[in-house]
Amino acid sequence: MTSPLWEVFVRSRRGLSHTHVGSLRAPDAHMALRNARDVYTRRQEGTSIWVVPSSQIVASSPQEKDSFFDPAGDKPYRHPTFYDVPEGLTHL
Amino acid sequence: MDRPAPPAQPELEREFSERIAADERIEPRDWMPDGYRATLVRQIAQHAHSEIVGMQPEGNWITRAPSLRRKAILVAKVQDEAGHGLYLYSAAETLGADRSRLLDLLHEGRQKYSTIFNYPATSWADVAAIGWLVDGAAIMNQVPLTRCSYGPYARAMTRVCKEESFHQRQGFEAMSVLAKGTSAQRRMAQDALDRWWWPALMMFGPPDGQSPNSAQSMAWGIKRFSNDELRQRFVDATVPQAEHLGLQIPDPQLHRDGEHYRTGEIDWTEFQEVMRGNGPCNRQRLAARVRAHEDGAWVREAAAAYAEKHPAAA
Amino acid sequence: MTVSPLPEVDAPADLDVSAYALRLGDDALVLAQQLCTWAARAPELEQDVALLNLALDLLGQARSLLSYAGSREGRDRSEDDLAFLRDEPGFVNALLMEVDGGDFARTMARQLYASAHAVLLWSSLHESADEQLAGIAGKAVKEAAYHLDHARSWVVRLGDGTAESARRMQVGLDELWPYTFELFEIDPLISRLTARGVVADPALLEPRWRSIVSDVVGEATLRLPESTWRPTGGRSGRHTEGFGYLLAEMQHLHRSHPGASW
Repeated sequence: MTSPLWEVFVRSRRGLSHTHVGSLRAPDAHMALRNARDVYTRRQEGTSIWVVPSSQIVASSPQEKDSFFDPAGDKPYRHPTFYDVPEGLTHL
Repeated sequence: MDRPAPPAQPELEREFSERIAADERIEPRDWMPDGYRATLVRQIAQHAHSEIVGMQPEGNWITRAPSLRRKAILVAKVQDEAGHGLYLYSAAETLGADRSRLLDLLHEGRQKYSTIFNYPATSWADVAAIGWLVDGAAIMNQVPLTRCSYGPYARAMTRVCKEESFHQRQGFEAMSVLAKGTSAQRRMAQDALDRWWWPALMMFGPPDGQSPNSAQSMAWGIKRFSNDELRQRFVDATVPQAEHLGLQIPDPQLHRDGEHYRTGEIDWTEFQEVMRGNGPCNRQRLAARVRAHEDGAWVREAAAAYAEKHPAAA
Repeated sequence: MTVSPLPEVDAPADLDVSAYALRLGDDALVLAQQLCTWAARAPELEQDVALLNLALDLLGQARSLLSYAGSREGRDRSEDDLAFLRDEPGFVNALLMEVDGGDFARTMARQLYASAHAVLLWSSLHESADEQLAGIAGKAVKEAAYHLDHARSWVVRLGDGTAESARRMQVGLDELWPYTFELFEIDPLISRLTARGVVADPALLEPRWRSIVSDVVGEATLRLPESTWRPTGGRSGRHTEGFGYLLAEMQHLHRSHPGASW
């Protein structure tokens, strides 16, 4: 008998986003949240927890890496460092 | 949407090797050689099993801890071990293994755990010695694993190492109190060192010449240092600590050699015997593990049945 | 690890407050000791972590309370003196804490009864005229609320799980039910402390306790037990037969080395 797998995300303090910290097994969402609290925040690591059934995560495939991520590589004009700023001017 | 056809095998192997060579991490959905996957599952599972079986020798002392402060420390430590087992099973699951299947393999004696936990913890000083020596050796082994080529294992080990830093320290502290205590406490401390020293050295595994899987694991970036290198580091770190405690390392041949300490020969026949299941506690540890699992079956079944009846339970 | 807040020790001796803190400290210590026996044998790994979390909270409470009891007793006894050097008649925990924890269902029944009581007790003590007790209560009430949530989650899952788990859960609730009455007993110590505003009247807590427990039992699709047998005696040092074993295990190492530090 294996409980479903859950992915755990913890917000370490207010102002930061939830970060993936690991996974655990739990029979339902209620227990998953409590198990996550006991397992992943014993040392005050969190102020908020998300649990998500691992089966519900939709992930990009490593095979799609080239088509997904390479096209972003040749568009340096999206970054401010692409542009010349005349010496001495600020607020640009 | 049409997905691009998967690249051919040689190309995948080349990509994998390039990643390893560039010291990049391998992540769960990446292609990896079957051997790499199998080696990792076996190693991570064995590591996880060691954490949960390792709860027993110390867990047995929680109810007898000699002060409330020591009791709280020990509870926190044994609890961490359960947590670490859990992080590690999770890491193994990213490789397609299933925790309950891995537990079955442990319970059937088909996967191993660290032989160190087949030695008995017969006095309170053993709890101290386990923290100081066994966790000390474990940390030596584990710190390099935080740079292991497999991402989830490396991340689990980062968490484990961060949490375990107090384990060795509390053991050393407990040991120093004993070493500075009454004559009975000092005898207890020396006796524990006498019994745990050699098994701790054996935790690093067979000598490099006789460690068949090491070369491949090194090439794959799973292992970063050889067994003998790590063992030597442990000896160099621990001998001065024993001297500080005023305790005698049970090795008449131990001597200084420049920056290093050299130990006498390790008796590997004992290690082999314990590996084969003939340690003082092999049967007892496994039986306790199996009993806990079987006794808990009705609870797990109940939780699953409840979840089925109440699909929206939150 | 959790560092328990150590109470100030310069308050004048107050034997009533000391005796009361000792009762609560013994409750927490004995229950923690019982939970610790689950180490490495919980039904699943996640529960190994959870049960030991409960034990650690209770141990922290016990340490604060025993230290405080010692400081108001005026005999200079430390938390360890009180935990390890009293014999059975010196312990004043409720019998509920010491009786055999049995299987996971029975352990959860005890957790439900004890933590529902603890939530109400600590909330009321948060207003205590005794500042130290009020301080300890402020921290403990949050811990107790989580313990109640944990117990509730399991009692409901076991009660409304399989036929086997429902049977076990009902047995656990039934067998421990008689021991719950002692939690609300009023004796001269409680009367004196109630009059001083140190302790809330237990009679006020009982109906609220019953309502919490009955809600959980109802959600678990089980029956609220009934009993005319109301065992008592823990608060005056008269314990069950098994308690000697618990103390023997807990104390033997400490007592084998008189005066030693650990």
